[in-house]
Order: sequence, then structure tokens, then C-alpha cells
Amino acid sequence: MDNILEIRNVSKKFVSKNKEILALDNVTFDVKYNEFLSIVGPSGCGKSTLLRLIAGLEKPTSGEILMEGRRIEGPGAERGMVFQQYSLYPWRNVLNNVAFGLEVRGIPKRERYEIARRFIKMTGLEGFEEAYPYELSGGMQQRVAIARTLANDPKVVLMDEPFAALDVQTRTILQHELLKIWEKEKKTVVFVTHSVEEAIYLSDRVIVMTARPGRIKDIIPIDLPRPRKRDSLEFLEYKRRIVNILKDEVLKSYNMYKCSTMG
Amino acid sequence: MNFRKIVMPLFGLALWELLAIWLNNPVVLPPVEEVIKVLINPNLSILGTGTLLENTLVSIKRVLSGFILAGAVGVPLGILMGYYPVIMDLFDIVIELLRPIPPLAWVPLALAWFGIGETSMLFIIFIGAFFPILLNTIAGVKGVPKILIEVAQTLGAKEMDILLKVIIPGSLPSILTGLRIGAGIAWMCVVAAEMLPGSSAGLGYLIMYAYSLSRMDVVIACMIIIGIIGLLLDRGLRYIEDRCFKWKRYLIR
Repeated sequence: MDNILEIRNVSKKFVSKNKEILALDNVTFDVKYNEFLSIVGPSGCGKSTLLRLIAGLEKPTSGEILMEGRRIEGPGAERGMVFQQYSLYPWRNVLNNVAFGLEVRGIPKRERYEIARRFIKMTGLEGFEEAYPYELSGGMQQRVAIARTLANDPKVVLMDEPFAALDVQTRTILQHELLKIWEKEKKTVVFVTHSVEEAIYLSDRVIVMTARPGRIKDIIPIDLPRPRKRDSLEFLEYKRRIVNILKDEVLKSYNMYKCSTMG
Repeated sequence: MNFRKIVMPLFGLALWELLAIWLNNPVVLPPVEEVIKVLINPNLSILGTGTLLENTLVSIKRVLSGFILAGAVGVPLGILMGYYPVIMDLFDIVIELLRPIPPLAWVPLALAWFGIGETSMLFIIFIGAFFPILLNTIAGVKGVPKILIEVAQTLGAKEMDILLKVIIPGSLPSILTGLRIGAGIAWMCVVAAEMLPGSSAGLGYLIMYAYSLSRMDVVIACMIIIGIIGLLLDRGLRYIEDRCFKWKRYLIR
């Protein structure tokens, strides 16, 4: 078996007061072991919801998600998640943020600090062990969040637009470092982004989703050697292709937005 | 110290002194120096009721007892109410109904239940301090961002870890604010409680007793001490708040 995750006919409906919103409609795909998989789609297409379903933070309305053949019933340490922003514990310094998962899983202090320090080093945070989140820039905070998730040694790393709030330079550096870590640690990554370029740069495969209700429109394997050059012809060709697939969907979601705000 | 800040206090003192001299009636307004004389001799027995210092300590002890009791009940109950909807549903209406009743409205019942004496005073102080502590604790627990709980869950934290390592540390700043407000109200309540019949010591008692003997210098000296202690209490807790919870701003944005 070479699929770590199987998403089977998953739909998710949100019910609020007198409205029902179908966020995901019959989504099916697999994630292979050690794969770097990205999900792109127009805003509001349910890509974050999909990630939260895999994390076990939400339950599907219908369908099921299997991890290594077992149905996911709730959150668990084998599926770590990096959120978009501000997810650090502000009362804990960097070291204790990174060691949090190990702490709640009962790893002795000396050992968990040793592990935490290794990941602090790996994410380029050396020297900031004692710093508190409010003393760090957005990029540094996101490094801590990534280190915290990785230090917990999950089999699957779920990343929900982790670099969306960062400036272009920081984002580029972190993408590069994430790939290095991924290659070294042999993890499975499911990465949600709205940046086509980011998805192509990072992923083995890119899933393109439709506007709401979110369905899978296409799955595109990126057959380029790493490190990838963002200005190579092949890269730009992939980008053109995916942007084309996305264009109609972005337009649809824009019109939906216009209707809902003007109507 | 900024000079502008002491202009009004000095002006007030001068006005007081001039008025006192003009009135020449210490039963209405004693001159400043008479009050100072009482304040700088805190070990002098006053009117046969013990010294100013002794009475102050009696009041402080009462406040501490009532306040600690209110914290010991209010903080845990607030955490449980904020975290477990079931407990919130059980207590919510009772608390909402009792909360607007001023502590002093409880006096007759307190006297009927606990008799004249320490227990009644403790009860009044407890009532005064309890609600701000409880409500701020609940608000603190509810104010812990959902994402911090979800992060813990995806890191493998169990229910108890989330309570101990996320909810409680995350609500500490708000709990401390509740304690600070509660302490202020407790301090006001003790003075009022000591004015009740049957009281025989404390600053509140001393004020009423000095009043009955027309010793306004003692009355004003007691009032000044009450003000200073209240201020120190508030500043002290605020200092801890600012020092320990620099990260609070991070949570708010």
C-alpha cells in the first residue's frame, strides 16, 4: 500500500441559522507516502476545510477519510498542522513552544529539549530559544510554528497557507527551507495555498479545486527536478496551465462574491 | 515627578487649610496639621480603641481573608463555567440574578445567618469580591483563541492538557484583572462592613466611633489611610499584571 491518506467521497456542509453552505462536494483523492501535495483554488473553495477534515478538527458530512487504512475520527499527533498565523502560545518562549507536543505526550524534559533544539536549529531559530512570540517577526513566528509541528514527529504535515501573511523574500526563503527539511525528514506534506507558483515550486502534485462548492477540477503532477527554477520555461508552462484552469473558477467565485454582497 | 501633577494636590491642601482657619470649627473641618498629627503617630492609642496601626491591620486581615475566599471559589468556578458548557448552563441564571445585588444589600441576611461579628463581615467582603473575579475568569477562559486549542489537539494534547496548559495560562491575565478589581471592591466592602452594629475594631469602626465623638481629625486620617491602601493594592496588582503578562497584547491582536 503506498497511500498514507485516502479521501473518499468527502462532502462537508456548514449549517448556520437559516442557510446551508456546501463547502466540499464529493471530493476523492489519495496522498502517497512521502509525497508533497499542494491544493490550490479560489478563496472560499473549501481547501482549508479539507485540511481541517484531514486534521480531524471537523467531521465530514458524508464520505470518509482514511489514514493508513484507518478512519480518522478526531485530531491526533500523527497529523500535525501548521496554521496560517498567530498560533503560538504567547506565554511560552520559543523552546517551550517547540517542545509543547513532546511535553503533552510525556517525553521527559531533557529529551524533549534536546529534540526541540534540533528543530530550532533546523528552522534557523538558533539563539532565539528564550525569546517570546511577541518579540519575533511574522516570519520567525512561522518558523517556530513549523518547528513545533515537525518536532512532534507527525507522519503527515498539514499546512494551511503557512506563508500567506509573509513578505515575498521571507516566503521564498521559507519555501526553500521547507523543501530541505521535507527531503531530510521524509514526511508527507499536504500544503494549501492560493499561490500557483508556490504550489509548483514545492509539490510533487498539485490539486486544483473549483469555486464553491469545492470539487477537484484537476490533479497535475509536477515533473520537474528540484531545486526548481521559477523562471525556467517548463516552470512557466506549468504555471500557465494551472492558471488557465483556475481562471474560470476565480471568475466564478468573484461573481459569487459580487452577488452575495450586492444582493 | 512631573510638577504639573502635584499642583492640584497642593492647591487642595492649601484650600483645606484656609477653610479650616476661616471656619475655626474642628468638628466640621479640622486643620491639616491636626490630621497629620494623627497620621504620623500610628502607634498612639486613639479614643481607647487601640492604635491607628492596629485598626488598619485588623481591616487588612479581614479583606485578605474574604478576598482569598472569593478567589478560591471564584477562579476555579469561573474556569469550569468558561470551559464546560454544562456547568455554565447550571450556574448561569443564578449568577446573573445575584450579580447586580450590591454587597451591602446582603447585610440584614448576613446578620441573620451569621450573627454580629467576623463571619458576617467576611461574607459581605466575599460577596463584593466574588463576582468580578468570577466574571473576569469566565471571560478569560472564553477569550482563549480557538486556534490555540486546535493546535494543542493536533499536537496530541488530551482534554486535561488543554485545560492545564492552554486554557489556564491563556486566561491568567484576565483572572488577575478580576482579582485586582475584586480586591478593590473587597477593600471598600470591609470599611462598610465595619460600620455595621456590633463591630469593635477596624478602620470603618474607627471612623464611625470618631464621628460619634466629633473627632473629625481621626475620621479624615482614617479616610486618607483607606485611600492610600486601596491605591497601593491596585498599583501592586497592576504591576504584576504588566510584568508577568507582556504577551497579553499578542493575544489581543
